[in-house]
Amino acid sequence: MAKLFAVTIFVIAIASAVPILMHTWPMPVDISTHGPLIDEQMADTMAEAGIAFLAAQIILAFFIWKFSGRPKDAKIGHFPGGAMALVIAAFLLVGTEVLALGVFGTKAWAAVYFTPPAADSMPIQVQAGQFAFYFRYPGPDGKFGTIHPDKIDEGNQNFFGLDPANDPAAKDDIVTAEMAMPVNKEVHLLMHSKDLGHSFYVRELRVQQDFVPGLDLSLHFTANKIGKYEIVCTQLCGLGHYNMKAYLEVMSQTDFDSWLKQQAANQ
Amino acid sequence: MHDMSAHAAQHHAPTSFIRKYIFSLDHKVIGKQYYGLALIAVYIGMAISWLMRFHLAWTNARIPGLQWLSSVGAPGGLMTPEYYLELMTMHGTIMVFFVLTTAPFAGFGNFFLPIQVGAEDMPFPRFNMMSFWITFVAFCVLMSAFFVGDGPPLSGWTAYAPLSAVGAIAGPGQGTGQVLWAISIALFCVGQLLGSLNFITTTLDLRTKGMTLMRMPLTVWAWFITSCMGLTAFAVLLPACILLILDHVAGTSFFIASGLVINDKMLPHSGGSTLLWQHLFWFFGHPEVYIAIVPGVGIVSHVLITNMRRPLLSHKVMIGCMGALAFLSYMVYGHHMFVSGMNPFSGLVFSFPTLVITIPATIIVLIWIFSLYGSKLRINSASLFALGFISMFVSGGVSGFFLAQPSLDIYLHATYFVVGHFHMVMAVAALFGIFTGTYFWFPKMTGHMMNESLGKLHFWLTFVGTYAIFMPFHYLGMAGNVRRYQAFVDDYMQPLLGVHKFITIAALLTGAAQLIFLYNLIHSRFRGAPAPPNPWEATSLEWTMPSPPPFDNFGGKHPVVYHDPYQYGIEGSSNDYVMQDSPEQIHTVRDEK
Repeated sequence: MAKLFAVTIFVIAIASAVPILMHTWPMPVDISTHGPLIDEQMADTMAEAGIAFLAAQIILAFFIWKFSGRPKDAKIGHFPGGAMALVIAAFLLVGTEVLALGVFGTKAWAAVYFTPPAADSMPIQVQAGQFAFYFRYPGPDGKFGTIHPDKIDEGNQNFFGLDPANDPAAKDDIVTAEMAMPVNKEVHLLMHSKDLGHSFYVRELRVQQDFVPGLDLSLHFTANKIGKYEIVCTQLCGLGHYNMKAYLEVMSQTDFDSWLKQQAANQ
Repeated sequence: MHDMSAHAAQHHAPTSFIRKYIFSLDHKVIGKQYYGLALIAVYIGMAISWLMRFHLAWTNARIPGLQWLSSVGAPGGLMTPEYYLELMTMHGTIMVFFVLTTAPFAGFGNFFLPIQVGAEDMPFPRFNMMSFWITFVAFCVLMSAFFVGDGPPLSGWTAYAPLSAVGAIAGPGQGTGQVLWAISIALFCVGQLLGSLNFITTTLDLRTKGMTLMRMPLTVWAWFITSCMGLTAFAVLLPACILLILDHVAGTSFFIASGLVINDKMLPHSGGSTLLWQHLFWFFGHPEVYIAIVPGVGIVSHVLITNMRRPLLSHKVMIGCMGALAFLSYMVYGHHMFVSGMNPFSGLVFSFPTLVITIPATIIVLIWIFSLYGSKLRINSASLFALGFISMFVSGGVSGFFLAQPSLDIYLHATYFVVGHFHMVMAVAALFGIFTGTYFWFPKMTGHMMNESLGKLHFWLTFVGTYAIFMPFHYLGMAGNVRRYQAFVDDYMQPLLGVHKFITIAALLTGAAQLIFLYNLIHSRFRGAPAPPNPWEATSLEWTMPSPPPFDNFGGKHPVVYHDPYQYGIEGSSNDYVMQDSPEQIHTVRDEK
């Protein structure tokens, strides 16, 4: 039975690695300028974790195979080097590995969070609420109107609680249910929630950030591939959570300009 | 180490049924009560996971009879989106608190910790009895959420605010159900605090003569370290739950920020902090992962050593690593919050200890694996589950490399990768620890042997089945499949539905295999062969007494300990082992280098 168990562990270990090596269920294609850093880090981690996984499982299986069912009078063997060799190996191998992953991983994290948005980045505001995202563009004046939570009235399409009658900055604001952005142009996404915790996740953009009620957060990113992608909520927000999504359309600058003009006309 | 007679609880064998079996002060009965509670809880939790998995794979299919459980949640047997989330919340809460904490720590710990240190009971038996009954009431309060108000809460076992704090306006179950959840968890915390106090005091004060700290079995060390974590972690969750209850019933705003608008209605709250709940919860929540797994590490070590017929390569390093896991577990909790809106610099700070914690975890695994080298490994149900635990712990552990890095968490957070990771490293590994302990200690606890053939069959189906369920979760996560969705309606996740169906079938079959275990447990309890005092030829003190142990454990005597806990592989002795209380002179077997 021990030998069968050893073979089972071996087969499971190899079988688990196959879909990864064959890219059976791959990550979706990256469309962001910071994404390659994340993808590279993912590949490095996969290699290191994969080797650790296979090595541990195969050695475990081998020892089960070799040292089970030995006769009662067999002599107990001793692993050369003993525990200290293992402790040193763990510190050296895993220590170096985690240090390397930590140091290189910081680059990808810094690319998203520690660099300020470019001065000419395009501001887009996103508001999350049960169970929809709404987006706001500042209009020709480049200014967002002030949000008044008490004026939010979804029935009358005042999703952001704007007061255009008394607030000149709000007059030309463009509110949409879909997000569009020009390709190769940095977007500065200003995020807030109107009710509960939500999240903004676009797999292809390699971007995920929670909305925190009471906090204004921001992200900046540049998309370099034209296309239509899903924005999904990943923070449990209630019964409609599974259906809380919007689309991100990455367009050429010309298409974006005409899209924005069209949206402005629809307000 | 003290003279036990001065400190141990003095009580006499009860004669009434109620005192003997219900409100018992005997640590062994309390241990069995905890185990029994966990057993009920785990089958409820598993049945819930069946319903969830079935719904995920065949979202529009009716589940016959489900309407009897909740006519609102599943009209005509068709599960509503909110009912899925309610079941998900209950599954997580039941499993984490009432199974993974209750069985390996409170169950086995209560039964065996006093015996293994040579005590006749815990120092505060009334506290011990209260700890179980408070936990039992906590379980009943949680279950009552199924039957009162508009159902259980839907905010997940992590109960993130403000969804969990604003009340019924946020959705079904968020009013009464959520308050019941918070009361239940607050009570659970009280129960565990009382239990942890007893464990710590027993370990420090009631060790018998000769039982030095280094002569304590690894299980005792594991329970001791776990109770130190329990004492600090549950002490944080308790006030967090009280504040959450106050947000509901007293109109406070601890976790609710100003200016929130739900259904076009502005909430009257102001000044609270959303992230405060997350900090408090995860300050408990991450040590909780180790509260679930460290007893398993101790049990697996204990059982593996017995079946390898040799001590581990190093007893001290193993203890040190369990301690390091516990210590570091308080510094890593922020890795649950990388994308929460917490300062991104904090993300990096939390990332470093999270990566470092893999070092003691790796050493533990290496010591297990390389202790097999040159051993005389015996294969039985207990050792199979112990070896299976190692395999699961490795598989779940390596995915931790990914999630420890904030840059990768940007992509993997809230995906099925996380679900696969924590189920393998915490849930399934801890369950394997429970199975290991059960097959090993059942003879001592009940006086009957379990059926080995059924045990092995149970092992094979469970081992292969759990890999079939949880390994694909990682692939789904890598592909970007988001968790906590009741259906995959968006275009992106539709193609992954086939993987979900595979997982569901594997889950139904693996779950069914657990009925073999239940049958074995019940059948062996009444019909199993009588257990000798020491069926596994083990060395620790629980095997020096009859199976099951008498009421006062050592028959009124105080055992004297002469040896380290794991004296196996003794050359020149008639047996290959020497028990801890044997006065036989031997050269102590140590593998330390």
